[in-house]
Amino acid sequence: MAAELHVELVAADRNVWSGEATLVVARTTSGDIGVMAGHQPLLGVLESGSVTIRTSSGENVVAAVHGGFISFAENKLSLLAEIAELADEIDVDRAERSLERAKAEADAAAERRAEVRIRAVTAAR
Amino acid sequence: MGAQLRVYKRRIRSVTATKKITKAMEMIAASRVVKAQRKVAASAPYATELTRAVTAVATGANNKHALTTEVENPTRAAVLLITSDRGLAGGYSSNAIKAAEHLTTQLTNERKHVDTYVVGRKGLAYYNFRDRGVSESWTGFTDNPTYADAKRVAAPLIESITRDTADGGVDELHIVFTEFVSMMTQTPVEQRMLPLTLASSTAEESAEVFKQGAEVRPLFEFEPSAEDVLDALLPRYVESRIYNALLQAAASEHAARRRAMKSATDNAGDLIHNLSRLANAARQAEITQEISEIVGGASALADATAGSDK
Repeated sequence: MAAELHVELVAADRNVWSGEATLVVARTTSGDIGVMAGHQPLLGVLESGSVTIRTSSGENVVAAVHGGFISFAENKLSLLAEIAELADEIDVDRAERSLERAKAEADAAAERRAEVRIRAVTAAR
Repeated sequence: MGAQLRVYKRRIRSVTATKKITKAMEMIAASRVVKAQRKVAASAPYATELTRAVTAVATGANNKHALTTEVENPTRAAVLLITSDRGLAGGYSSNAIKAAEHLTTQLTNERKHVDTYVVGRKGLAYYNFRDRGVSESWTGFTDNPTYADAKRVAAPLIESITRDTADGGVDELHIVFTEFVSMMTQTPVEQRMLPLTLASSTAEESAEVFKQGAEVRPLFEFEPSAEDVLDALLPRYVESRIYNALLQAAASEHAARRRAMKSATDNAGDLIHNLSRLANAARQAEITQEISEIVGGASALADATAGSDK
């Protein structure tokens, strides 16, 4: 049984997920980073992308985050994002629709948001 | 019906209608307070974590960032005042405005030029009426603010604090809002948001921050670099603080309105009570008068007929 760390995934307006995990993989501005228990205290800037949390029961929890921070200290990891959604909460059809719309309107930010959502759902499967 | 009685009846009708309205507003405000309180609670984890992270960078990394270090001679300050869009909330808006005026005077005495930013129609009306320009204002969301609103408010503030003072930027950023203490108590507070003071407004809170500061002493690894993290972190911190202030202000607004409307309803009840007393007295007086008129008329008639018999 691997050592565990406590994870809090919080969005600006709610607490999205919290619990124990063995590994958290997130994408910072300088590349993917995996954090396990006992990691050096860390503070990083997240890219918008998907975050994978491997829980202590071995399941993978995937969430889409749109910018934010990862901070780890004293075996407590917090993922802060203005917007964060678990893969289960994402409506794929809606995300695909908004992706098409964003492409049509050439709205890069919206396109990126929709892509991140779809990718998170694909990763969760 | 006598004129007096008719006047009373009309006033009772009008007060009853007003009472119905205030009663409805009271109940709506009461339900919204609960919702607003829930939103404040939901935003708390993000704010706490963000404050922790900011404290970690500010204490852990000894770098000099424009937003954390105090300027030696601050000459310009920005004040963000949060009021409501709508009235009928007792002294809610005027208390916040008073606090902002107090802060502005204090800053002016310290020889700082004050730029005022206003949220809410009431605050804006106050400044416009006195012909004192505001740098920017936002209206239309004070009773149910979202994070996007907070971002909109924060953008020009962050922009002006990162700009050089010579080009019209500001050295300090203050915020005035109404803190939601409880359903019965809401207090206007003045806080300095930037440059960061590791102590917040209340002694209790600052003690906590210092304790956290001591906890996170271990060296942090910054990804990609401390400056970049701080650059990205501080705008989010400002946004989150503004969001929290907006939410607390919204909860306070609803609580203040609920209280104001409750006393309005109570007063209307008293008024109706007194007016119905007066109306009853007027009706009695009218009846008494009618009886005495009839009795007087009858006896006059009786006297007249008795006289003619003789």
